[in-house]
Amino acid sequence: MPSQQYDAIVVGSGITGGLAAKELCERGLKVLMLERGRNVEHVKDYVNATKAPWELAHRGMTARKYAIEYPQLRKARLLWEPVAEFFADEQDCPYVETKPFDWVRGYQVGGRSLTWGRLCLRWSDVDFEANAIEGVGTDWPIRYKDLAPWYDQVERFAGVSGTNEGIPHLPDGQFLPPMHLNVVEQSVAARIKEHWKGQRHLIIGRTANLTQQHDGRGACQYRDKCVMGCPFGAYFSTQSATLPAAMKTGNLTLRPFSIARRVLYDRNTRRATGVEIVDAETNKTYEFTAQVVFVCASTFNSTWLLMNSATDVWPGGLGSSSGELGHNAMDHHGRVGASGLVDGFDDKYVYGRRPTGFYVPRFANLGDDRRGYVRGFAYQGSANRQEWNRDIAELGIGAPMKEALREPGPWNIGFTGFGETLPYHDNRTYLDTQTKDKWGLPVLAFACEIRDNEKSMRKDMMADAAEMLTAAGVKNVKENDDGYTFGRTVHEMGTARMGTDPKSSVLNGNNQVWDAMNVFVTDGACMASSGCVNPSLTYMALTARAVDFAVNELKRKNL
Amino acid sequence: MNRREALARLFAITGTLAVGGELFLSGCRAPEAEKRTVAFSAADIALLDEIAETIIPATDTPGAKAAKVGPFMAMTAHDCYDDASYASLRGGLTKIDAASRKHHGKTFMDSTPPERTALLNELDAEQRTSTLNRTAGEPPHYFRLMKELTLIGYFSSEIGCTKALRYVESPGSYDGNVPYSKGDRAWYNPSRRIG
Repeated sequence: MPSQQYDAIVVGSGITGGLAAKELCERGLKVLMLERGRNVEHVKDYVNATKAPWELAHRGMTARKYAIEYPQLRKARLLWEPVAEFFADEQDCPYVETKPFDWVRGYQVGGRSLTWGRLCLRWSDVDFEANAIEGVGTDWPIRYKDLAPWYDQVERFAGVSGTNEGIPHLPDGQFLPPMHLNVVEQSVAARIKEHWKGQRHLIIGRTANLTQQHDGRGACQYRDKCVMGCPFGAYFSTQSATLPAAMKTGNLTLRPFSIARRVLYDRNTRRATGVEIVDAETNKTYEFTAQVVFVCASTFNSTWLLMNSATDVWPGGLGSSSGELGHNAMDHHGRVGASGLVDGFDDKYVYGRRPTGFYVPRFANLGDDRRGYVRGFAYQGSANRQEWNRDIAELGIGAPMKEALREPGPWNIGFTGFGETLPYHDNRTYLDTQTKDKWGLPVLAFACEIRDNEKSMRKDMMADAAEMLTAAGVKNVKENDDGYTFGRTVHEMGTARMGTDPKSSVLNGNNQVWDAMNVFVTDGACMASSGCVNPSLTYMALTARAVDFAVNELKRKNL
Repeated sequence: MNRREALARLFAITGTLAVGGELFLSGCRAPEAEKRTVAFSAADIALLDEIAETIIPATDTPGAKAAKVGPFMAMTAHDCYDDASYASLRGGLTKIDAASRKHHGKTFMDSTPPERTALLNELDAEQRTSTLNRTAGEPPHYFRLMKELTLIGYFSSEIGCTKALRYVESPGSYDGNVPYSKGDRAWYNPSRRIG
């Protein structure tokens, strides 16, 4: 059996894996980055990115073939033919829904960094302290001050455009010049600010889209086709940012088609010795050894890898000593909000396709705003003039309809909510050994659901959106609840949480697995609560911080 | 949520009967086997072309026929529709001729443009009522599907994007406060997710 030695192995090549590899390589370590899926080469493999609309196979519609191949993605209403191949093959890689669950996966080099929503928002101590204050779950082992310098570093590297607003629970950052609210959004923002006396805000999205050239990457061209891959490298992805930086060091080996099957564990040293993989193309097994292993396989796949690394020492999987591995799964519950029409701006329009919207930071359960549940929610949205697909009943068919649809319609504005989900011990994922994937590996089963706290919050998420739009002068305001299935927001978190006590957590405050201190888990699996703030930037900051710790510990020969 | 509730919800979101909503909601239904036993003939496609041209006629800009909407409808219905919608659309070709005979005593193809327009305006009213009253599991009215595919096929075509609307591949900047005068064309947005 071939064996190869590296200083560090990174499992996964998405947002956190790519960053871990880059940071480790730049600190001089020889790094092997494992990716279970195919390679996706920057620009070359963005096959639909530069096609005109009329050149797309079904012009933005999705062929039945994809609906059959991607039933889960379709159920989550995220299936779209031009980007379907950036998502996991559901036939080869099934999962089990003990309760309804949407698991949206990106199995290729770059993972979901190719298709993510790109909002980069800092968490605050409102988020990090909530578990401790309320006695929910377990306390975070870190506070905002521990992450602040790492937020600075990853924002500077990734290139995040946005505005500093002085909002205490949405800390300011190291931003490139912002994108801009359009004229209608500015009007709504001003009226909300006035009505709530500066306590509620509507701000431009803080987004990993470049508003100017940055480290050799091109500026955003306002095409709004990010999910197809950006030929200018103008949004942060593994391909545009971390992979080239890591490659530049000469220290990185990238191995696609490599399914990490287990972390190899030495019972005598109580350390990991490396990673065993299955070559996804040949089915052959290989072992790679390293001094340190970063598990960045995406929230539930990181937990899967720990579970599948069971030994007679740890029969429940590596990191299972607390009994919490696989538990406390979270997501942001969403797809609820309100929308309406805006009068008075028929003489205004936009130029360009801005690839982000606005953000309304949390206000519930802050200051004097107290609710009958704990935690809170935020909104994303945008205002646009309606397009050709609006239906005008009285115009029927023919030339009058055609001419009407050639002009933009009324301005429409919508808010959609992102609510915090509490860490419930019973919301869990576990190995289903009866169901196997294409490589004979057991798959994950999910038993997760939102409960009373989230259900109460959803009513406010809908009503408050309508209230704010109405207060801002928006007409025909309609509330909507599009239904939520766990996982659907693709902000999955938890199942290997950080904590202060090895009896109740899987990872310590440096993202080390308590049971194997040279194994670090730095993706969404590590989260002890979910906040209502988009989590990717926090994963990145945690990753950079953990790498710094790991490298220093290696130098001190403590790992 | 049943289909009717889902439709009602969609209207609540958009405030309109947005085109593409049907396709979006077809995500609630299970897909069927891959093969299509009945294909569209050249005569079917010619009829679809004329239906599309009646929905979006040539004016000072080219119409649906010039944008090759008929072949587009046949191709996307074949590739993208579930069996129920496919059967509804195909059945519609016969039903349109039957309706045409009833109203004008001749087939759709033999009718004059004003006769065609009059007929399709009636069918449009019919599909609107049908859509609002549809129950779970019932396939969409054939003329709703024809109208949707016509609008999608036309506005996403090169003619639709560049002559009927405006399209810039790489705008290069964003301005959220541009003066607009009545008659200025709308932008085509290539990120629209349909179905």
